[in-house]
Amino acid sequence: MTIRKEFLLLVRDFGGLAILFVMPVFLVITVTLIQNNTYENITNQKMEILLVDLDRGEIANKLVSEVKESGTFEFISELDNSVLTEQRAKEAVRNGHYQLAIIIPEHLSSSLTERIDDNVNSVLAHFVDGDTLINKTYFTPKEVKLYFDPALQNSFKEGIKGAIDKIVATIENKSIYSAFASQLSDSDEPQALFAQESLISFKEITPKDEGFDIIPNAVQHNVPAWSLFAIFFIIVPLAMNIVKEKNQGTNIRLFTMPTSPIITLGGKVITYLVICLLQFYLIILVGKFVFPMIGLSSFDFSGKLIGLTVVTLFSGLSAVSLGVLLGTVAKTQEQSSPFGATFVVILAAVSGVWVPTFAMPNFMQYIAKASPMNWALEGYYTILLRDGGIWQTRYMIILLLLFSLLILSIALFYDKKKRSL
Amino acid sequence: MQNNIIDIEHLYKQYEGSEFFSVKDLSLVIKRGVFFGILGPNGAGKTTLISMLCGLIKPTSGKLLVNELSYTTHANLIKQQIGVVPQEYALYPTLTAFENLCFLGSMYGLKGKVLKERVNHYLDYLGLEVFKHKRINTYSGGMKRRVNLIAGILHEPSILFLDEPTVGVDLQSRLVIVDFLKQLHQKGTTIIYTSHHLAEVEELCTQIAIIDRGTIYALGTGEDLKLQTGKETLEQAFLALTGTNLRDDV
Repeated sequence: MTIRKEFLLLVRDFGGLAILFVMPVFLVITVTLIQNNTYENITNQKMEILLVDLDRGEIANKLVSEVKESGTFEFISELDNSVLTEQRAKEAVRNGHYQLAIIIPEHLSSSLTERIDDNVNSVLAHFVDGDTLINKTYFTPKEVKLYFDPALQNSFKEGIKGAIDKIVATIENKSIYSAFASQLSDSDEPQALFAQESLISFKEITPKDEGFDIIPNAVQHNVPAWSLFAIFFIIVPLAMNIVKEKNQGTNIRLFTMPTSPIITLGGKVITYLVICLLQFYLIILVGKFVFPMIGLSSFDFSGKLIGLTVVTLFSGLSAVSLGVLLGTVAKTQEQSSPFGATFVVILAAVSGVWVPTFAMPNFMQYIAKASPMNWALEGYYTILLRDGGIWQTRYMIILLLLFSLLILSIALFYDKKKRSL
Repeated sequence: MQNNIIDIEHLYKQYEGSEFFSVKDLSLVIKRGVFFGILGPNGAGKTTLISMLCGLIKPTSGKLLVNELSYTTHANLIKQQIGVVPQEYALYPTLTAFENLCFLGSMYGLKGKVLKERVNHYLDYLGLEVFKHKRINTYSGGMKRRVNLIAGILHEPSILFLDEPTVGVDLQSRLVIVDFLKQLHQKGTTIIYTSHHLAEVEELCTQIAIIDRGTIYALGTGEDLKLQTGKETLEQAFLALTGTNLRDDV
């Protein structure tokens, strides 16, 4: 009867249902789309970059051709049919119209060529004539200026800098090889003297068991992480429900009845736990069937449903217990709702839903490891991305269970103490 | 069967952080089958006394027995024998009257056919049968009061506590409620009742206690109180005992 009552109260609260089911789905779709597109922006899509070429030499030409080859960036050297100046480029970036402007300084090509030639001549002279390895000419260091949009995030900025740096280094290397080749060969194609392709390349391998072929991507990361965020948001409607019952006087009536608070509380816990499970199933089904329709990868949970259900059950229990405690302590909905919402956001931030825990400062990593959302997230990742089973998530599950029991006991104790005043 | 259904001796209640006793050295015996009225100005200690009698709060000290049982040792047994009708509606607004009563009845251990029959019987008796599948938030104040009353008597308790059961209702609803309470009393239910409606108290109660500042100022029938104070009406007797000063408190 208690479960039926809670269920009826929930289904008749349209706003509450929207919070519980529709909002999490929107949240997961939106965040995955954004993160997926950001990833694609960096890797697959061309980013427009302003180029002010004060050098007008070989370097800029090579930079443009290398960049075209990389397919990552597209240079713009004219705005409104007039050639870009450093000042205009700076303004355009500062205003946020473009994320980056590259200013190639005057005489960069000639200086680089001269310096390389000087170095090459010096090296060859050492081998041929036995001269000492001393550079005789002093070259003023040249700065390629990069103007970044102030709103650009650091990680993104570092990514672009890395890509540009790689291109510049490649140009420099090729120039050095060419200089040596020109000096050492009489051939029409001196470049043929050296193999200029990279010898070392990277191959990304995810350690996995045989037969496990789920490739980690934005969807595999985001669906469990943001599902968890949504599940923990159950704290808000549950706390509101408890506070509402206090204000309506219904819980006072229940206290006068020969029913244990554990029965009435149990009804709430079971009902909201079922809601957590339904939320999770809805989100993973959306991930599997709706994501491909909107251009995202399908969420792959084949053979993982039981493990995911177990982790969801215990994560949900932690969330529900926190909701019960908040509802018990809060006196008004004005107290419980903002606190609950803010608390979940903080919990998500601390737990590694937004930023991986390894990227956090040391003391924050300790806090993250003491967070139920982090245990739950680790449980999901163990099953989904590390090919683990329920046994591999046992420590997370035990921690979640102990946490839930502790929080529920505190709530019951607080409630009893408050009523005995 | 014991004749004393409520037995209170030297009862004190001081809330945490408060300098004053809300109930102070209160002793009272209520006999089985009595329709007992508790009168008092705001802040007199009526709700605190009723709350202790219902087991909602613990006394600071003193003896409190309900049907010879103490809440310290037999809370659940007492709760099975009492019915409580709080001043608030204490109902779930988005559930229908039928759903509210079925849930609250089940909390007393009623179930199945017995539960449904009782709910339907009382809804019919109090004129709510037609509206039983309407949500409480669509009900008028008088209708809510009647559902609130049914919720307290579904399990047919031997003692019924009512905290201002007719406050804020129209005359028609009040008459139905008063008539229903009279019938319950005639069937043997002990009713302990607080109200500011003195005429109603005089009409219903076989015994009245006037309490103020946490203690009993006078006890007896309506006629006894008038005689004790030498006044013609219960209202005059009440004012003679409790004074005319305002009792605003925050």
